[in-house]
Amino acid sequence: MPKLQDLAKKDSAFSSGHRMCAGCPVPIFTKMLTRVTDYDIVVGSATGCLEVASSIFPYSAWKVPWIHTAFENCSAMMSGVEAFDKVRRKKNNTEKKIKCVATGGDGGTYDIGIQSLSAAMERGHDLLYICYDNGAYMNTGIQRSGATPLGAATTTTPAGSVIGGKQQQRKDLTRIMIAHHIPYVAQASIHNPVDLSDKIKKGLEVDGPAFINILCPCIPGWRIAPDMAVESARQGVDTCYWPLYEVEQQKFKINYMPKEKLPVKDWLFTQGRFRHLKDDKWSQILVDFQARVDEQWDWLLARHAESE
Amino acid sequence: MPKTIAITGNGAMAEAMRQINPDVVAAFPITPSTQVIEDFAKFVSDGKVDTELITVESEHSAMSACIGASVAGGRVMTATSSNGMALMWEMLYIAASMRQPVLMTLVNRAMSAPINIHCDHGDSMGARDAGWIQLYAENHQEAYDNMIMAPVIAENMDVRLPVMVCMDGFLISHSVETMQIEEDGKVRDFIGEHTALNSILDFDNPVSWGALDLQDYYIEHRRGQQEAMNNAAAVVADVSKRFGDQFGRKYELFESYRLDDADRVVVAINSVAGEIKEVIDELREQGEKVGLLKIRMFRPFPYTGIAKALSGCKIVTVMDRSTSMGAFGPLFGEISNALYAADNRPLIYNRTYGLGGREMLLDDIKDVFAESKEYLDNGKVEKIFDILNVRGA
Repeated sequence: MPKLQDLAKKDSAFSSGHRMCAGCPVPIFTKMLTRVTDYDIVVGSATGCLEVASSIFPYSAWKVPWIHTAFENCSAMMSGVEAFDKVRRKKNNTEKKIKCVATGGDGGTYDIGIQSLSAAMERGHDLLYICYDNGAYMNTGIQRSGATPLGAATTTTPAGSVIGGKQQQRKDLTRIMIAHHIPYVAQASIHNPVDLSDKIKKGLEVDGPAFINILCPCIPGWRIAPDMAVESARQGVDTCYWPLYEVEQQKFKINYMPKEKLPVKDWLFTQGRFRHLKDDKWSQILVDFQARVDEQWDWLLARHAESE
Repeated sequence: MPKTIAITGNGAMAEAMRQINPDVVAAFPITPSTQVIEDFAKFVSDGKVDTELITVESEHSAMSACIGASVAGGRVMTATSSNGMALMWEMLYIAASMRQPVLMTLVNRAMSAPINIHCDHGDSMGARDAGWIQLYAENHQEAYDNMIMAPVIAENMDVRLPVMVCMDGFLISHSVETMQIEEDGKVRDFIGEHTALNSILDFDNPVSWGALDLQDYYIEHRRGQQEAMNNAAAVVADVSKRFGDQFGRKYELFESYRLDDADRVVVAINSVAGEIKEVIDELREQGEKVGLLKIRMFRPFPYTGIAKALSGCKIVTVMDRSTSMGAFGPLFGEISNALYAADNRPLIYNRTYGLGGREMLLDDIKDVFAESKEYLDNGKVEKIFDILNVRGA
């Protein structure tokens, strides 16, 4: 795998001057796209923070061909792009393949976009879908999504006197994608550029559908300081809330084993969205939260062991 | 040589698709349009076309994939009906506003609820503001001919808009009629090569499509789209003329049937026009001055031509096969708009018929003309709006 120092010298797919929030880590992955591969790439975005903040007409932060049409359809839209490329190559008698990338936040991926995502993966398009999971509908002002963790305060699940934030556990989309038996599925984090760039490269270069779920802390949504996104993602990984792993041809590999698995509440209490959980009356939420993290981590360890 | 064959309306549309040989087709099954894609899938499997067929999981994804493939630079097509098109709704607008020449067979079917698979025009009429050019067809031949003309219209550089070719569910889609399929080579020559515009696969000239467009530009882009739609009228007329020169069948933006000296005129869309013509012929034998104005192009709407065509007559019955709840029928609204500025405004009223496939027989049409005679004799319209053949009226 290439060195980060070498990657940094290559042209980025994404220019500076975009309008993402100060401290937002999402552009970390968009800048990597062209740096990790020599393929020509075309990027599609679901409606969301990245789309809105990168494309205010007449400006665009994208230095590669880019398209957005709607919220729930990024995978279907990119299926069309990929299908036409096949015809084009046949007609022009060329083998030069391009790579299609679809991007969406957790709202556009776990929720409204899951139907078109699932179907595109099932159809086997040569398409890398990257979800930047910041745990809520951040672009519309922090509403809960299927990716929002238990107990998180959002504008549609506010922490009140009788309800302590979101009442449901999040869904595990990465496992849903593994169940599609596609060639490559990975979970990555914005704080670990070596692991992340390796995964993006693999996801781009594998023949067929690939899915990468990236933990991307949101400064206003998580109510953390603008310089804390990378650190917060690191802590999320160290608690095993967000394990770094990949699944190739149903072989599981945990890419990072925390030396010490931190209690999840140590991480939650650094974020304003969980501040109310410090009150003892919500102690059961913390217990349930930790139990789900433990259960998922144990499941993953078992898969990893089976695959070795 | 053209072939004269007996074929269903859906089969004819699949033949048109085979001849167009689109780069990408994305579609989802829905009655009564399903057979269009089934027949086309057979052409794909038999290697008769070069198309990538994307069998998507919903109509929303069908239109999304069509837009993606079109922006990538392909000629793309789909087919749907009713609720299927309703699920595309958001993407219909986006296809048009992104100025993508996507082609659709719309087999007209009633909207749910109650769920019903039969013909009315509620689906396409509901989509009339989405920015698609809409062409309608009385029969198999017209539907096929419209589809052969559709790419030439859609891809014209003064237009670059999607085209919806509409035909009646079951009445046309599933009935067998004798019609002419033109020679593949001649059809392909007529259609010509597709020209991509600002393709997102042009890596030397990367473009961004679908940007956020706020108060400072949105209205200009909408104005440009309106201009393209206005341009489409002349382009449809021109392409229809060329089609007539090439293949011998002449089309206008609307059809005038025994209209020149008519006092009483019915305005209608699609298959019912065939029955109306038959009744008109019969009534003409009896000396009644009756005629038909059949809409072929509903968007853009040919206001001026229609005003001119109707300004000599005395009474107009506008027949709508859809409802706009709380308003007059959509066709009635447009005909009224057209006539307001006309010199000699005829009497005008609105009749809704055929919702959910309710049959309209020759005798029913005769009743329509009998009523218009009564109104004309009395010099006034008794009921401006009514529903025909309905219980409880």
